[in-house]
Amino acid sequence: MALREGRPGEPVLDEGVVRLQGGRVDLVVVAEMVAPGSRVLDVGSGDGELLELLATTRGCDARGIELSREGVNAGVARGLAVVQGDADVDLAHYPDDAFDYVILSQTLQATRRPRWVLEQMLRIGRRAVVSFPNFGHWRSRLDLMVNGRMPVTDNMPISWYETPNIHFCTIRDFVALVELLDARIEKAVALDSSGHRVRVNMPWWVWNLLGEQAVFLLTRKG
Amino acid sequence: MTSSVQQDNTPPNAAGPSAAQARREADDPHSPVVRFGARNPLKLDAGVELAHLQIAYQTYGEPNAARSNAILVCHALTGDQHAASLNPVTGKPGWWETLVGPGKPIDTERFYVICANVLGGCMGTTGPSSTNPATGQPYGLDMPVVTIRDMVNAQAMLLDHLGIDKLLCVAGGSMGGMQVLQWAASYPERVFSALPIATGARHSAQNIAFHEVGRQAVMADPDWRGGRYLADGVTPHRGLAVARMAAHITYMSDQSLHNKFGRRLQNREMPTFGFDADFQVESYLRHQGESFVQRFDPNSYLYVTRAMDYFDLAADHDGVLANAFRGSKTRFCVVSFTSDWLFPTEDSRAIVHALNASGANVSFTEIDSDKGHDAFLLHEPELTAITRGFLDSAARAFGLPAARQA
Repeated sequence: MALREGRPGEPVLDEGVVRLQGGRVDLVVVAEMVAPGSRVLDVGSGDGELLELLATTRGCDARGIELSREGVNAGVARGLAVVQGDADVDLAHYPDDAFDYVILSQTLQATRRPRWVLEQMLRIGRRAVVSFPNFGHWRSRLDLMVNGRMPVTDNMPISWYETPNIHFCTIRDFVALVELLDARIEKAVALDSSGHRVRVNMPWWVWNLLGEQAVFLLTRKG
Repeated sequence: MTSSVQQDNTPPNAAGPSAAQARREADDPHSPVVRFGARNPLKLDAGVELAHLQIAYQTYGEPNAARSNAILVCHALTGDQHAASLNPVTGKPGWWETLVGPGKPIDTERFYVICANVLGGCMGTTGPSSTNPATGQPYGLDMPVVTIRDMVNAQAMLLDHLGIDKLLCVAGGSMGGMQVLQWAASYPERVFSALPIATGARHSAQNIAFHEVGRQAVMADPDWRGGRYLADGVTPHRGLAVARMAAHITYMSDQSLHNKFGRRLQNREMPTFGFDADFQVESYLRHQGESFVQRFDPNSYLYVTRAMDYFDLAADHDGVLANAFRGSKTRFCVVSFTSDWLFPTEDSRAIVHALNASGANVSFTEIDSDKGHDAFLLHEPELTAITRGFLDSAARAFGLPAARQA
């Protein structure tokens, strides 16, 4: 399967995707963006699925920060290094350049201050990997246009009044935010509703229509 | 912690027979001891040297050939070395048998577990009730004031004696957690992993205040006699019992006291319009006070509470807690409990922030419990699972063989 490059001249991801056993395909895409043996901080590490994947398949020194007590306890009981904490607050306590990569998978939209969180990630690590559901996906747009209702999909299963996802954005919104930061996009992958990568090399607006999820690898400038 | 409610409504009025037994434990305990003699003194933070140091300890399990499977368990304020063995004074099971034992998370079939009575204690390690070899009399207030760091330095001497170079883990709750943090700061190369539970990197003003109330209760008892009560054959048991009653409240949560006792009356239909223990909670506290004086030395209570008060790990490192852990390779797992108001989660979070700032490998979890500070001594399934997971992973990383599958 051919992969679209984020920007002309940028590297294409390796093939040979291993799907997680019953897991989320975006985690595999995220893990592939991380160089083996790196020091990694996973912000919003859930029950530790990605941490374990990074430790076992990439030999990473992977640590997590997770808001939910259940997630933390599950992770620690699995022998993972996970800290109970709030990304919106606790990232400030990490020193500069403490990690090679800081990962935010499916969490950006749940933070109170997405821009601040991204800035902190790029301060703590030289690279940041961000995956998020794309609110610009055609089905979301159709829901809004036809039904006049906030979309509820497999990736966004919770009604607007209960969802922890308070800062939805589209792929183009995200790209615009990155332009405001001191960072550049090194790689980008969009996944369609069946979890396959959007193959065609197309401009952002096409991705923004077809990608149900997006994964970005950002590098701090300078 | 016992939950039995005694029917006796009289105030504590006698130290009782097991107090004499407890007194004997100070010099000649039912535990192995190591004596360091005059030529190997312990240099104390107070600026003096303590010669003839004696340390009483218990071990559980066996060391492996490489002596790489040792876990040091540090006890809390009124605990002792009997973490997983019958207490010779109270006849009760060890204080941490929820976590320490065969097949338990601190698995004595797999690990060599060491627990020593703290410096300043009264169960066989040198403390104010020990006999001062210089005088042949109990130290009393001639015992220098000790600190958490002094306790840890004494434990390090014990480990040298036992031939343990590096610990797989140091674990403990409350004051035991303070020792864990001090271990990680003082001897980072000897501590592969650290499990501080329900603790803080410093004693708060509120906690110092509670301790001061307890000490004043002891010292206000006429039988304290300026700390020389042992020579006079008396003991300030009333004062110590009051100190214990006040302290015990801080170990529980409002919710746990309410669940246990509510406003229920003790064996009566109506209030007596007097000052008997009308309420079950009063009766319970009186019982706690009474049973405590059977096993604990009043001067020891002064010394050990003082050691906690003086604990401020950041102050020893230019006021920056992260400096205490700079460059540390130790893996940490910090645990707090939601209803613990003596060492609230914020105290643990401050430790975690410092560990993050120093780049240390740290896990942190706050366990949902209504049992207050004492939760670390009680059956808490999440604490069990976390301790097991953390130690398994540390043991694996330390190169120990995997646990046998149950």
